[in-house]
Amino acid sequence: MRTRLSERLLDLAVSGFLWGFRILIVSAIVIGTVATIRAGKYTGEQWIDFVVFGISQGSIYALIALGYTMVYGILRMINFAHGEIFMSGAFSAYFLATWLNGTGFIDSNPILGLLIPILFAMIMSAAIAMLVERIAYRPLRGAPRLVPLISAIGASFFLQYTFRGFFGPGVYAYPPIKALEGEWNLFGFGILKVQIIVAVSAAVMMAILYSIVQLTKVGKAMRAVSEDKDTAALMGIDVNRIIVTTFAVGAAMAGAAGVLYSLIFRQVGFLMGFTPGIKAFTAAVLGGIGNIPGAMVGGLVLGIFESIGPSLFLEGLGITRPYQLKDVIAYTMLVMILLFRPSGILGERLTKKKA
Amino acid sequence: MKRLFALLSLLVVASMLFAACTPAATEAPAGNESPAATDAPAATDAPAATDAPAGAAYECTDALGCVTIAPDEPVHLAYWGVLSGPDSSLGEDSKRGVEIAIDDRGGKIFDHDILLTTEDAGCTPEGGATAAAKLATDTSLVGLIGSSCSDETVGGIATITNAGLLTISPSNTRPVLSDPNRGPDYAGYMRTAHSDAFQGKAVAEFAYNELGARKAATLHDGSAYAEALQQVFADNFVALGGEIVAQEAVAKDATDMKPVLTTIAAAQPDFFYYPVFVAVGGYVTAQIRDVAGLEEVPIAGSDGIFTADLLKGAGANVEGMYLSSPDFSAFTGDYAGFIEKHEAKYGGSTLSTFHAHAYDAANILFAALEQVAVVQDDGTIYVPRQALRDAVYATKDFKGITGTLSCSPSGDCGAPVIAMYQVVNADPASWNPADAANPNPKKIWP
Repeated sequence: MRTRLSERLLDLAVSGFLWGFRILIVSAIVIGTVATIRAGKYTGEQWIDFVVFGISQGSIYALIALGYTMVYGILRMINFAHGEIFMSGAFSAYFLATWLNGTGFIDSNPILGLLIPILFAMIMSAAIAMLVERIAYRPLRGAPRLVPLISAIGASFFLQYTFRGFFGPGVYAYPPIKALEGEWNLFGFGILKVQIIVAVSAAVMMAILYSIVQLTKVGKAMRAVSEDKDTAALMGIDVNRIIVTTFAVGAAMAGAAGVLYSLIFRQVGFLMGFTPGIKAFTAAVLGGIGNIPGAMVGGLVLGIFESIGPSLFLEGLGITRPYQLKDVIAYTMLVMILLFRPSGILGERLTKKKA
Repeated sequence: MKRLFALLSLLVVASMLFAACTPAATEAPAGNESPAATDAPAATDAPAATDAPAGAAYECTDALGCVTIAPDEPVHLAYWGVLSGPDSSLGEDSKRGVEIAIDDRGGKIFDHDILLTTEDAGCTPEGGATAAAKLATDTSLVGLIGSSCSDETVGGIATITNAGLLTISPSNTRPVLSDPNRGPDYAGYMRTAHSDAFQGKAVAEFAYNELGARKAATLHDGSAYAEALQQVFADNFVALGGEIVAQEAVAKDATDMKPVLTTIAAAQPDFFYYPVFVAVGGYVTAQIRDVAGLEEVPIAGSDGIFTADLLKGAGANVEGMYLSSPDFSAFTGDYAGFIEKHEAKYGGSTLSTFHAHAYDAANILFAALEQVAVVQDDGTIYVPRQALRDAVYATKDFKGITGTLSCSPSGDCGAPVIAMYQVVNADPASWNPADAANPNPKKIWP
């Protein structure tokens, strides 16, 4: 009896603490927001800008997060080399775009000048991801879970330092597309063209991916493998082929994200994949890892919170230099999600076999 | 890189432990010396035994012990600093200065070859701690040149000092590193770079007097260098009568600067100063003109981004940007001769700002070595560590490239003359501040 009582007290204390934590965070956000809005430092246009910046950054996170989530859905492993797949996409596009820029092609055909590097980056990223899968993951398919994870980290370093070895430790400037400079006027607000292009391309890319997964035979097979590998194999699905396809599709998304990222930030370097990779992983967990719409939602939510959070509630709380804490917002969100909704925003409860 | 972080932090903890233990280790032999006669422990016997055949005449009495260099061994120096990542030009540039200084001696000192090894410290405190821990274990090291970034020194200097080593930094500029109250951990630290107490003041005067700015905004990247420099600037700018309307900061690996720039735009500055490193500097410059309210504001940075790498990342916006740097035209030594040697050895323009400071740092170290090293007839060299430090601190009227250098008791050996340069061409290939006819960036003040 006594142990039971103490257990119940402990339970009570823990849930009390968690509730207190929830209330603390929520009230901090509310108080900060109210204080900022009352201070009236920013105009409506500036708030719109914050949201737009967040959406374009978030849609890039979402594109990368898709790769994490799809691979997790099928193999239950975190592909930590995914950030480097993103980086290799950006690098391949950089070299192609620089060459095209030199011939004057991008200036005369801005749309093709955007699409061709994206396609090339998707192909290169997919190829590299398939190689990584073949060399670093497939031989370890049956091994305990930690083994492919470590192998993924190794692959990540290998890719980073291979690129460093070939292209040096410095950064390269992605050639600007002149047609994308300046602003478009939407609903009375001037919004940077490149931000709109990035958000729209990301949305289109995600729509294509989602229809592949939902509507095609390959997509069906992917879902089947994700549901249960052994049964899928018994139904005549070539599991290995589907896994490779998943890697390739996820990597293609990351490659496209790499180009969009370079369009916004205009820099390509061998370490560029690390932070976006980790953020996108956060986004995938946020949305519910293994869940494709979840990755998209998680990416957007994370991007918008990162962009708007420092000025919206951190500044109102009287925190100086709030932008240094941008990452804190991202990882606090991750902790909150893991604490209060471990399956993520859109995630379903995992079955025993999956978990 | 941060995936290494867990490992690195382990290493940092290890190096802290190491640093904590080292004083005990260096004290132990010192303490053992007097009782050595009564009961000599095995440990003190052993080195005596190995010393004996080489040069029995010399007995090391230095408080920090001696480095022994056998007749056929090289004199081992190390350069530590940033050799990878976006700021690698800064470290590589200084390393070249050291290499040219060694070449000038024909690669020899006391008829021994000079061996220069390098340790990458990555421009972070963690990297500095790791590099310092590795250097501290190498007992063949005579002295160090480095580090590049103030952060590296903050992370590693305690380990280096406690190992009995000394380091002369060609490019650390954070003011407190050579503050008279800097603490015993800094006993092994000197620098030939200027302190940012001068640089921040110069930029403030330029902005206030020359550009007529009255409302300045600053941004830093959280590094020891940038944080202190923008504060020195802000203090001086306010003292001149200006107003600081925004002081913001971002993380060193941040890429999306538009939100923070929007916040700065809301404060409506007429001068924007971001003395950061290359990564943040490139992203800020590339994105700043896209932010409503900042399309026209004059922008300025400092020596941390005085490199062609800034132009690579920043794109067209960099044209017209102001950069503060040591005034190359105020160097009293043979800078032109140095540039010729640099051109002959490496080709192309210098990579960053502090090559001449590194050259001077190496030569100060050689001069001190020549003063204190004890050379035996058979060629064995003994370098007493404390005496070497004292000799560097005692440097007076040393004729270097950057000026006539004298070291203060707190390790400041630099001759600070700061100038403002302006980028006149956004093409990285055009970078050549030393070009007589067509310099880029071009000196505009004073």
